[in-house]
Formats: sequence, C-alpha cells, structure tokens
Amino acid sequence: MNFSQNKPLSISVNNLSLKYHHHPLFDQFNFHLPGGSWTCLLGVSGVGKSTLLKLIAGLPTGVDHAIDSSVIVTSDGRPLAGRIAYMAQQDLLMPWLNVLENCLIGHRLRGQAVSKEEKNHALDLLRQVGLEKAASLKTSQLSGGMRQRVALVRTLLEERPVVLMDEPFSALDAITRLKLQDLAADLLIGKTVLLVTHDPLEALRLGDRVCILRGAPAELSEILVMESPRPRSPEDVNLLKRQAELLAQWR
Amino acid sequence: MKFLRYFVIAFAALLVWQGVIWVFHFPPFILPSPFSVFNSLVTHCLLIAQNAWPTVLEALLGLLFGGLAGIWAALCLSYFRWARSWFLPLLITSQALPIFAIAPLLVIWFGYGIASKIVVTMLMIFFPVASAFYDGLRRTPSEWLDLGQVMGASRLRSLWKIRIPSALPALGSGLRVAATFAPMGAVIGEWVGSSRGLGFLMLNANARMQIDLMFAVLFVLIVLTLILYFTVDKFLRKMIFWSSHA
Repeated sequence: MNFSQNKPLSISVNNLSLKYHHHPLFDQFNFHLPGGSWTCLLGVSGVGKSTLLKLIAGLPTGVDHAIDSSVIVTSDGRPLAGRIAYMAQQDLLMPWLNVLENCLIGHRLRGQAVSKEEKNHALDLLRQVGLEKAASLKTSQLSGGMRQRVALVRTLLEERPVVLMDEPFSALDAITRLKLQDLAADLLIGKTVLLVTHDPLEALRLGDRVCILRGAPAELSEILVMESPRPRSPEDVNLLKRQAELLAQWR
Repeated sequence: MKFLRYFVIAFAALLVWQGVIWVFHFPPFILPSPFSVFNSLVTHCLLIAQNAWPTVLEALLGLLFGGLAGIWAALCLSYFRWARSWFLPLLITSQALPIFAIAPLLVIWFGYGIASKIVVTMLMIFFPVASAFYDGLRRTPSEWLDLGQVMGASRLRSLWKIRIPSALPALGSGLRVAATFAPMGAVIGEWVGSSRGLGFLMLNANARMQIDLMFAVLFVLIVLTLILYFTVDKFLRKMIFWSSHA
C-alpha cells in the first residue's frame, strides 16, 4: 500500500510514565514528532532513547509493564501498526538471501507476491545508492557501508509514512557515515523520521529539530530548530559552532 | 596435503598397533596384527559386503526418520508455548534412556527385522537433532524478529521465514552428530537381535574367536561412519552456505 500521497503523519507521546527494573525511565513524558520532518533524538547511552523509539514502533522493550494505547497517538487517530519502517544499528540483512531478496523482504514476510514493477523499483533504488551491480550478491560479500545502503533501500521499499532509525550509521567509519547520511537525507523525503543518535554532528546535519534527552527520569532538556535544508555540510562553520555549543551545554 | 596428513596419521596408528603386539606379544585372539585384519578383510569381503548393506539401510532410515522426528519436535516446542512445559521434560528424558537396556524391548515390540534397528537408531539421534534445532530456534536474534514484527509478519511466517533459516546452522550441528551416531545405533540394534548386518557379523565372529574378522568388520564400520559424516557435512555446507561451519 502506498502511503506517500497522504498528508504527513505526526505522532505525539502523551504523559508517558515507565519504569525499567523498578527505576523510573520516563515520568509524565511528552514528545512530539511533526509530520513530514526529521526529529533527531540525542542523548547518552542508557538514557532511554532506544526504548522510546521501540515503544513508538510497538516493539518489546523489557520494561516493567505495557503502556496504554492512548499514550502514543497519531494525527489521524489511526494506530501506527503497519505504517512504520524501521532501521536499526545493525543492518539486519538475512544471510540466506541475496541483496535484492533482502530489499524485498517485507513482501516475503507479509506473504505478498513481488510484482515486476516492485522488483524494478528495488533495482532502481539500488542503482541510486550505487549498488546496481550488487543485486545478486550474497550479503557476506558486502562491506559495512554497502550493507547499510541495502538496509536503507529495504526501508524505502516499505513505503511507510513513518521511519524510525535507531543509530543506523553508528557502526560505520566516519566517511561512510557521512555518505550514508547524505543518501538517507536525499531519499527519505516527505516522511516523518525519528533518528535516534549519540552523534551531535549527525543530529545537526540531518534534523529539522534536535532534541536532547537526559536525566533519570528522562526529560527533553533542549530542542534546537534547524532551518537550513538537510543534509547540512559537515564543513559548515556555523554547524560546527553549534556542535561545540551543544556539547558544552550537554556536558 | 590434507590426504597426505590423513595417510601419515593412519600409517602411524598402524605402526603403533604393530609395535604394541611386538613389545607385549599379545596372542592373535586378544589383539590380531594389522596384516591379519587386512587378510581377513580380503578373505571375507563378500560376507562383509552382504552384511554391510542392511546396516547401511538401517542407519540411513534411522537418520532420516529420527532427524525428521527431532525437527518436528523442535518446531512444536518453539511454536506452541504450552508444549514447552509439557513436552520439554519428555525430550530430556529421551536422552536419559539407556539404549542398551531398552533395545531388547524394542526387538520384542518391533520384531527381529529392520524396524527395531531403525527405532533404536531413531532414539539415539532424536535428542541431538531436537535439542540442537530447538536451541537454534530459541536463539534467533531478537533484532530480526523486531524487524519482522514491524514489517507485519505473522507468527507462522516469522517462524518460516526468519526463525527456521536462522536456526539451520544449529540444526546442521545436530545432524552432524546424528550422522556419527546412526551406524552405532544400527549395530546396537543388531547386537540385541538380528540375523544379518555388521553387528550380527561381529557377534558371530566374537563367538567363534575370529577376532581378526571382528576387527575387519569394525574397520568397515568406521569407514562407513566417516563416509556418512562427510557426505552429510558436504550437503550441509552446500545448503547452509552462510554458516560459519563452511
């Protein structure tokens, strides 16, 4: 189902209270993801960024109790299930499938036949990320950067209005990471994106809004609004200045 | 180079064997020499071949049916949550069964023919296959399951498209162990009650003090086991190409 023509979907987390092993993780926490824009969530390890992302995705988090369905609401009032594409820190490519089959894994998992148009669309996206010759390769033949590009194509092929990314580029080297950030920014247009990261430069390059999560229970301590179009150049002096300010405040 | 290494190991073992006989002067009915075993192998090659075929058939059928039973049990334990508490103790008990003690019972229940030997073989390999595959299914990386859930995979499709392929390397490990147990299971069944097979031939040779023939049969049994193991291993490496075993 193609959701791309619909109005961008915004998501609100309302009064979230959550404990993890009896420790308060969130207490009356509120968070908003504006539709059609990128929200970057920055924070140190263990503060609850990934837990928040997984709660929005409806995934198991190991927390003490289930949350009420009214805590996470969408702008159109319909459930989020089936409208999310997910990209994790690991590429999650399945080694028994080749590159093209991994890109189209969503169809296999839903029991849907893959049409010729969808296959051509997948091949076209592989070409856009520079992997036009890799369609029949085994995943073991790919480098780390290539694997995350395949994961990005897989995410795009889902054609979901919401994209949740949990530190998707953190395992890559610096140069590959910048290239993947550029690709993601160019291809994920019109989606409501939540990017969880611990890299301030990544957040500032890609986010329309950069939110810092800190404390226990976690709170949003800072929300920066970025006005220039993404991806912002890593050599931009103003960007680097903002990164320095951010780090100073964060520490 | 690999075959040269195997040849050197085999030759060294034969030298040690012969050396032990020379040093300790064992009589032939206790420890026959490598030459007399080889001589017996040549002299009785037709008899050994006629009796090898039933043992091979029992081992292969036992491996097939025992493997399928183990795979089915692991899938049920993995998919049906209630099955774990009720049937997991039974799975563990199957390993605790003393095969030598219940083999005579199986001959009484299934007869003197091939069926009792197949059942003995199945019992020997059921647990390694079931436990290895079940372990693999349980250890499916949760991140893959998360991806499947977000993408809308049903529980059954998640089992079929994610859990089972993910667990195949573990199943392969279980099948490799099973391949080494299968000929042993067939022989144990023959020892208890049979009229043909390598186990039957060993018992007869032992009763007639034809220890060189016993050793010759043992050698053939070892070779058959190795052939079965390496055949299964080669097949698994081809089918489960992404496994680190390859």
